[in-house]
Amino acid sequence: MTHDHFFGYRRANGRAGIRNYVLILPVDDISNAACEGVANNVFGTMALPHSYGRLQYGEDLDLHFRTIIGCGANPNVAAVLVIGIEPSWTQRVVDGIAATGKPVQGLHIEGKGELATIAEGCRVAQEFVQYATELQREKIGIEELWVATKCGESDTTSGIASCPAVGNLIDKLDARGITSCFGETTEITGGEKLCASRAANPEAAAKFMKVFQAYQDEVMRFKVDDLSDSQPSKGNKAGGLSTIEEKAFGNLQKIGEKAMYIDVLSPAQAPTKGPGLYFMDTSSAAAECLPLQAAAGFVLHLFPTGQGNVVGNPIMPTLKLTANPRTARVMKEHIDLDVSDVLKRKMTIGEAGDALIEMAVRISNGRLTTAETLRHREFAMTKLYRSA
Amino acid sequence: MEEPGFIVHHKGDSLGVVVVEDVKAGQKLRGWIMDTNETIELTAAADIPLGHKVALSALKTGDTVLKYGNDVGRAVEDIGVGGYVHFHNIKSKRW
Repeated sequence: MTHDHFFGYRRANGRAGIRNYVLILPVDDISNAACEGVANNVFGTMALPHSYGRLQYGEDLDLHFRTIIGCGANPNVAAVLVIGIEPSWTQRVVDGIAATGKPVQGLHIEGKGELATIAEGCRVAQEFVQYATELQREKIGIEELWVATKCGESDTTSGIASCPAVGNLIDKLDARGITSCFGETTEITGGEKLCASRAANPEAAAKFMKVFQAYQDEVMRFKVDDLSDSQPSKGNKAGGLSTIEEKAFGNLQKIGEKAMYIDVLSPAQAPTKGPGLYFMDTSSAAAECLPLQAAAGFVLHLFPTGQGNVVGNPIMPTLKLTANPRTARVMKEHIDLDVSDVLKRKMTIGEAGDALIEMAVRISNGRLTTAETLRHREFAMTKLYRSA
Repeated sequence: MEEPGFIVHHKGDSLGVVVVEDVKAGQKLRGWIMDTNETIELTAAADIPLGHKVALSALKTGDTVLKYGNDVGRAVEDIGVGGYVHFHNIKSKRW
């Protein structure tokens, strides 16, 4: 195989990153302004504003910390300045990220105000940027690439070629020992038995059915109609998809024909069972799903689209592919790989998978995705229930 | 290899996906069945946009609709061969 390695950043904990961000990370929503103040002053930093982090409790609070700490811990991040309103939860985030061995420092706003915090934060961030910019990429085996996938604004071409191209990559690279992740629990509705049959062991199948049913129960509890205004989405229907079941079977093409998932992850939970394919319990909305996969440690995202979802993620570069020839033509600035030749019988799924592996390696080596060039950094925190 | 006018995932599916733009009623289409690599022919009974679906066999109200060799919903109207199939005449069995 030609593409057996990429050039990435080796982190202190042994993991491999494909980007080298210095992150200015708010613990809570009211610290966004301070983080943006630092990021506006120090070149080479990125603030990660988000909407929550106050008065949360129980499982919802655990998920908040897992998401924030996981994003800081992601191997695409070289160093992190954490800013929170008060010292206690700020330190909890700092400690969680520090476990990776990367440089991390925390600041809190109460007792000194935002301007002093920004001034102090800028000095820390400047040192982090100068540290990070001296780090060099090195040759790393393809098996160390952690890849997540989700599709968006799918249409019938997604099920014919762009999702199968991802599935072909997963089949080929799973055999080489990569770690990969799919999710979108509700969007498997109608295909849940097929999905359960792709579990590598009965425990994983049972865990999948449990999270699937819990999500179904939630939809059944809150729904006011047949969801035909939401799932399939308006874009899905414009692209020819008629029912959730049809969408589900197209979606599941992303896990190929051979790979079996070895475990089921909670939202934002890092894999613990070694290399292999994992299912993660997530929303099917892109800006909610991708942050959970980034927080679990995945460094590259493969995103098949039909009608042209434009989403990106601040931590995990998002490679977009389409098999819709019109989308490839009229939304070219959002597409990293065009596999529409499959529809013309000029390209096989195997060839589409090979082209995707090549583009995945090029993007891992540093080529910016279309979403990165357009500064798409959607980051919606998954919230389980209202804060106390 | 000739470019297909529509694509069928599995032999036996009720539906094919139109993969060319501006298909008009009465237009003859060549279809490609992906899993068996067979070619079939069909005449569109309606205008069908790119990416939308054409019925390969007649469906009666209540019939299960197959795509990918799997149950993807039910017909809520009778649909003739070559007919345009979308959410106006097929519905989910879920939700």
